Amino acid sequence: MLKARIIPCLDVKDGRVVKGINFLDLRDAGDPVEQARLYDQQGADELCFLDITASHENRDTIVDVVARTAEQCFMPLTVGGGVRTLEDIRKLLLAGADKVSVNTAAVSDPDFVRRAAEKFGSQCIVVAIDAKLNPGSAAGRNWQFEVFTHGGRNATGIDAVAWAQRMAEYGAGEILLTSMDRDGTKQGFDIDLTRAIADAVTIPVIASGGVGTLDHLVAGVREGHATAVLAASIFHFGEFSIAQAKAHMKQAGVPVRD
Amino acid sequence: MTTVIIDYGSGNLRSAAKAFERAAREHGGGDIAVTADPDAVRAAERIVLPGVGAFADCRAGLMALGGMWAALEEAVITRGRPFLGICVGMQLMATRGLEHGTHDGFGWIPGDVVALTPAPGRPVPHMGWNELTLRTPVHPVLAGVETGAHAYFVHSYVFRAADPADVLAESDYGGPVAAVIGRDNLVGTQFHPEKSQETGLRFIANFLSWTP
Repeated sequence: MLKARIIPCLDVKDGRVVKGINFLDLRDAGDPVEQARLYDQQGADELCFLDITASHENRDTIVDVVARTAEQCFMPLTVGGGVRTLEDIRKLLLAGADKVSVNTAAVSDPDFVRRAAEKFGSQCIVVAIDAKLNPGSAAGRNWQFEVFTHGGRNATGIDAVAWAQRMAEYGAGEILLTSMDRDGTKQGFDIDLTRAIADAVTIPVIASGGVGTLDHLVAGVREGHATAVLAASIFHFGEFSIAQAKAHMKQAGVPVRD
Repeated sequence: MTTVIIDYGSGNLRSAAKAFERAAREHGGGDIAVTADPDAVRAAERIVLPGVGAFADCRAGLMALGGMWAALEEAVITRGRPFLGICVGMQLMATRGLEHGTHDGFGWIPGDVVALTPAPGRPVPHMGWNELTLRTPVHPVLAGVETGAHAYFVHSYVFRAADPADVLAESDYGGPVAAVIGRDNLVGTQFHPEKSQETGLRFIANFLSWTP
């Protein structure tokens, strides 16, 4: 039986972790490779790096981080943040990433996803969707959730459900869905959003944004119909270990890899 | 004592090479080389064919390396060198691939590669960790791997072997999925051993010491 995946996500800036595990036993808590190795040992099912490096000149720092991680961690690795061109994707894959997530570039040029999937295969193209409940602008629309870019600042006027379907049709292999309403709130995933997207597409959906308790992880799979759950802070600050998260999900009847 | 990993432009081979190097270092398995050279394949002791993406693209990529197909036939079929196909590299051993049209495979292991059908709660690609059920007697490349062990899968097409005896391990995803196939000096995994942590490294080490 296929197991629900637990995916810790590390924010990396200029090659250093800015949001990551805050454990005393790390020699260098700012080193993404060190953190990746810890999550590997803890039994994380996959790992995600989100590159938040602002300047374009420093973009190659993430490539180096990926290369060093791939030498030591034999687990699937997704890398996202600032991916704009086929060359960006190629570099990350060659460095050792298994999947690359695309967000803003897909919104500016949806066909980019089709070209990327054709060139590298759907299995390595993740489309990241940042969505918000948008009742204010929903007048005259029959949809509920809107796609945003730039960390939730820019509205696009795009229906998130239709967008997810379109991205799947264009060859995305997976959707990383983040609720910008819930991100950082610790109130749990936006279940309505997650389920709306997961039920509308036939590709896997990773739920993200808002995890504060282990019950939230359960809800993401059971009620949100996601096949994977992504979380950052609950793992980084040592509130819960991956093993605790898995034990809790298992007890709740969600199949996980022990 | 060289194991070659064939580089034919199908995705990233860095992590695969690193995993084979690690397994070789820890369990003894000689040198690991990544190559696009047919002569290196002819001279190799063991051959690994990775593969991601579409069946036809991988096939075309391999054909584009002048003489590689013939070198593979010579090393693997004529001389019987141990061969491991990973993911699409495994699927290429089939008679035919039915992805975006019908394409001939190597025809080394009779069977077709057919699409997985999505269903509610069962998206495609089949992506993530799934359990293996091993056929008994356990094949030497699966020694030390137990039924219930998890491996990492990412695929939308499955190998339907004509002879069930060629399926060495299965997973379940709305029906049986061939996880490991093999006959004679050939083995193939639908999952990615290079991404399957301890189970994967164990499998790779077994392959590196396997004498069919």
